[in-house]
Formats: sequence, C-alpha cells, structure tokens
Amino acid sequence: MNYKIMLVMLSFVFCSDMTVDEIINKIDFNLNSKNRVITSEMVVHGRRATRNIVSKSWIIGTNKAFTQYLSPPREEGSKMLKLDDVLLTYSPQTDRIIQISGHMLRQSIMGSDMSYNDVMEDKPLEQLYNATLEKEEDLNGRRCFVLFLESKTEGISYPKRREWVDAEYFLPIKEELYAKSGKLLKSTSMDGIKKIGERWFPTRFIFKDELKKNSKGTEWIIKDIQFDQNIPEVIFSKSNLRK
Amino acid sequence: MLFNIAIKNLLGAGIRTWLNVFVTSVSIFMIIFSSGMYSGMMEHAMKVSIDTEIAGGAYWHPKYDPYDPITFENSHSKIPSELKKIVNDNKALEVLVNQAAIYPNGRIVPVVMKGITADQSILNIPTKELLKYDGNNIPIIIGKGMAAYTKLKLGDTFTLRWMDDSKTYDAAEGEIIHIMDSGNFKIDMGHIWISIDIARNILSMPDESTYIVYQNGAEEFSDTESWIKRDVEYLVRDMKAIIKQDRPNAIMIYIILLSLAAMGIFNAQTLSIFRRKKEIGTLMALGMRKSKVVLLFTIEGALNAIFAIFLTVILFGPLLYYFSLNGIPLPIDYSDMGLIISKTLIPVYSPILLIATAVIVFIILLIVSYIPSRRISKMHPVDAIRGKTVL
Repeated sequence: MNYKIMLVMLSFVFCSDMTVDEIINKIDFNLNSKNRVITSEMVVHGRRATRNIVSKSWIIGTNKAFTQYLSPPREEGSKMLKLDDVLLTYSPQTDRIIQISGHMLRQSIMGSDMSYNDVMEDKPLEQLYNATLEKEEDLNGRRCFVLFLESKTEGISYPKRREWVDAEYFLPIKEELYAKSGKLLKSTSMDGIKKIGERWFPTRFIFKDELKKNSKGTEWIIKDIQFDQNIPEVIFSKSNLRK
Repeated sequence: MLFNIAIKNLLGAGIRTWLNVFVTSVSIFMIIFSSGMYSGMMEHAMKVSIDTEIAGGAYWHPKYDPYDPITFENSHSKIPSELKKIVNDNKALEVLVNQAAIYPNGRIVPVVMKGITADQSILNIPTKELLKYDGNNIPIIIGKGMAAYTKLKLGDTFTLRWMDDSKTYDAAEGEIIHIMDSGNFKIDMGHIWISIDIARNILSMPDESTYIVYQNGAEEFSDTESWIKRDVEYLVRDMKAIIKQDRPNAIMIYIILLSLAAMGIFNAQTLSIFRRKKEIGTLMALGMRKSKVVLLFTIEGALNAIFAIFLTVILFGPLLYYFSLNGIPLPIDYSDMGLIISKTLIPVYSPILLIATAVIVFIILLIVSYIPSRRISKMHPVDAIRGKTVL
C-alpha cells in the first residue's frame, strides 16, 4: 500500500516537472498511432429517441480513414472515406458517392453532436496548437493539468481549447472547444480509460454541442480497438465505397 | 337580309339561344378571369422581386450560384473598380453571402447569412433599421416567414455561429431588431440579414462582396473582370418558369370550357338545320344559293358569339372590374409554399387578353356553326321541302 502511495506521489513530483510540450506529446502519443482498427458505437441522444449506430473504422495516421456502418439497418452499408482533406460518403440507398465539402463539413454526422469537420481535424495537438499550463486541479477525483491551447496557424476550426489532462494517464478527460471570439462551442469528455499496448486509451467519449440548449450529447463507445495492424492499402480506395 | 333572317331565327329560338349564349358567356368570363389571375400573379411576383431583390439587375461573383450553397464559401472578392464606382455613387448596393447557423431556443437552424449595405434605398428591405441599433449584439433582420419558422420575436437574442474566411469557427450573440413582411420568400425563408460592415468584419473578408444590385438607370458594364451581369429577365426566370409550368392546366380548363360552349352551339346548329329543313328547301326553291344558306347559318353562330360577348360585358364586366380594383383574398398564405403570391390577388386584364379571348371565341363559334351548315350544300331543295333529308 505504502509502495503504491509512494509511486503516485513520485509521479506527481515527476509530472509537475514536466514541460507543457511533454504533456502534449504524451497526449498525442496516447490518442494517435501509426494505424488502428476500431469497432465503435455512437449513441445519439435525440429529443425523443436515442439511436445507436455501430461502425468499424480503419485508420492510418491522420490522413487516411475508412468507416463502414454496420447497424442499424437504416445506416447499414453506409461508408465514409477520408483521404487527406477529402471526405467522401457512400449511401447504399442512393448508390452514390458524395464528396462532403464546404459548408457541408459543418453539418452534423447522422444527427449527432459531431460535425464532419470534427472528424476531419484529428491531427496531433502538437502540430496545431501552442499550449500553456493554466493550473492544476482535481476533476472527478482525478488530478489534472489544465492546459489552454491556441492555434499556431489560421484555418483551424476551433482556434482555442481548454483541456483537463489526467496527470496519470495523460488524456484530456475534459475538453472545451472555443470559437475565435472565445465563445464555448463544444465540449468533450472521456472515461473508461484502459491500457492498450503501451498507451492509455479511453473507451467512451461524450461530445456535446454547447450551443444546443437541450442537447444530451453524443456518446462514442469504443467496443474494440487494435493498434498497429496490417491494414491493406486497398481499403482506402474510392472503389471500396461501393463494395 | 341574311343578317335580319339570322337575328329573327335566333330570337325565335328563345331559351335555346340564350342558354347557348349564357354558357359561352360564362366560358369567356372564366377564360378572362383565370388569365387575369395568372397575369396578376406574374405581375405581383415581378413587382415584389424587383422591389425587394432585383432592382435594375445585378452583377454576380463568377462562382456564385444562389441555388448551390456550396459555392458561397468561395464566391466572394473585392468588386471590380467600375462596379465600385456605381456603389460609391449610391447607385448600387453590395451583398456578402455566407453560410451560418443560428441557435434559437437552443436548437440549430442552418441559415444563409447576408451582409447588405445598410444605408441603401435601392431595395425595399428595411436595412436602415440596422443603423439604428446601438446594443452589443449583432443586429439582425429576418422575414416574417423565418420568424414564424424559428419562433423568433422582435428583441430575441440567440447564438449565431459561422466559419470565417480562414475556416475557423466563430460565434456571437445576435439580436432580432426588425421582422420584415417582404412578401418574397426568397429573401425571407432561411435568411438572416446583417450589415455588410459587420459581415465583412466577422468573416474576415474586408471590402469583399458576393454580388451587387444596381438601381434602374445605373450605368451598365459588359466587361467587369469576370463578374457576371444578371439582368431582370434572367433573375425572374425561375418565377416565370413556375407560372409557366402551371399554364397547361389553365389551358386545359379553357379548352374544356370552350368545348362546352362550342358543343352547345354545334348541337343547336345541327338541331336547327334538322328542324328547319323545310325552310331551307323553300329558301333554295325560291332561288337562294346553297352558299348563302350556309352563310345564314354561319352568321347565326357568329351572332351567338357576339351576344355572348355582350352578355359577358353586361353580366360579368362589373364583377371583373370589381376584382381588378379590390382583388381576391386568398384563403391561405402561399408564401409558406415558396411562391411570391399576394394575400389579395389582383387580376390584371390586358387589352390583348380581352381582344384575344373575344376573337378566339368568335372564331371557334364561327367554325362550329359552319361545320353542320356545310351539309346544306348536299341537300336537294325538293327533298328538303319534303323533309326527307337525313343529316
């Protein structure tokens, strides 16, 4: 017991000596990988009903992603392909491939609180933001570093973020996304953190559009995740959308 | 002489003649009335569109397509120098178009955000209200339809979110400072109007516009550094197309009405020839040529048309005149259906419409009177007097 307490204390001592860049790098290490295959469930809480959308995604770095929707029957067979800045969707009902661009990127994905833009912008934080450590505080019984991030360049959807980074897992267990004016637009939180290989990874994310007053948010539950897999390049071909 | 005989015959036929005349008269009235309604609709739509949206015409950014919101993101730039000149002379106004989202009562509503020159009198949009606002929010004008859809009232505030030129989200509070009743759904539904200065500032698009609208009589340019000139005829083409699309339905109704009238006349003429065989035979025996007898019956048909035209003037003329002055109140607000239709529709009867309707009815009745009369030429006077001829 004493040994564990010592370890925790030591980790705080160690953490408080960490630079902000190191914290950001650790977050990026946990949340990004060379590639990954995820089976997930998106729980969209609507005004009247809740929808559960199950999908499987194959992701390489931050440039390539392919998602296939498995259920419910209405969404089954829908696919989404991201190739760099291009996002293509396929719907079996219409048998058409549509490129999501311009203002359409701001639309929500299947009625959720996530926009297409949110899934497009998943580059490592280190590349996009300058961070400063505001303070350390407890959140839900966890010691956290509170970081304030400001975009390095123009063209980032959310130019300001505030993150509550778990001091043990180095994951932003709470995040607030701000508009240029400083208005809070979205918030995310994550829990169910597990050790998968060398990284800590959450098994549940909650996204919330803070401008929607009655929004109960959208849950994104990771049912299965595998890092560093052999993903064939053919998965990320446009023709795979119709298969 | 033929004319007198024709008059006598028509008056002698009594109620049969007047029934035919009445049916024809109702047909003429319906044709004039419904054509007048269409013309009234068209005129109103044109007037409202020109008044609130088009003015003398527009110059569009080359990438701008009002029916494709995807184009909005890239269809903005500084206006060409020659156009800037007419803007500076207050002969044109600028509009900057972008996509945005508003959150009235906490729910998201995608909108087209239009920044417009606030100090303008070219379009009948109360943009000067924007200049009166001295609060801290973004002053916004919306239309009546949009207010009903979003349940927004005067003075309501809500969050407005947009993406600026560098693709960064931004948001601020907006406030409804005026709700306009423009009668034009195209500037109402899904639209919010703000000052162009604020739009340029929040979108990080200094001095840029998507299109300009110029007033009648402003200097026009053909070469404007690729900005595209759109004249009134082009800008009202969709409205014309909607009305034109419904035209075949109206024409079908005219055809049915005219057919009813024509069948009545045709039937009367056929019956008349059958019943007046002895009279025809006597006239022919007395030396009247067959062609003259045919002409007699044709004149009777023509007189039917003339009586019908007179009856229309007497019976329905006052009604048509009343409608043209006071209009016809429509039971529902068609602007909700995406149509620019006045709540009180005033029919417009052009002289061409009145003359054309009268001439068409006259010609049709002349034809349907002539066709059965042609059989007279096959008659033999003796058979006719004996009443043997079968028509």
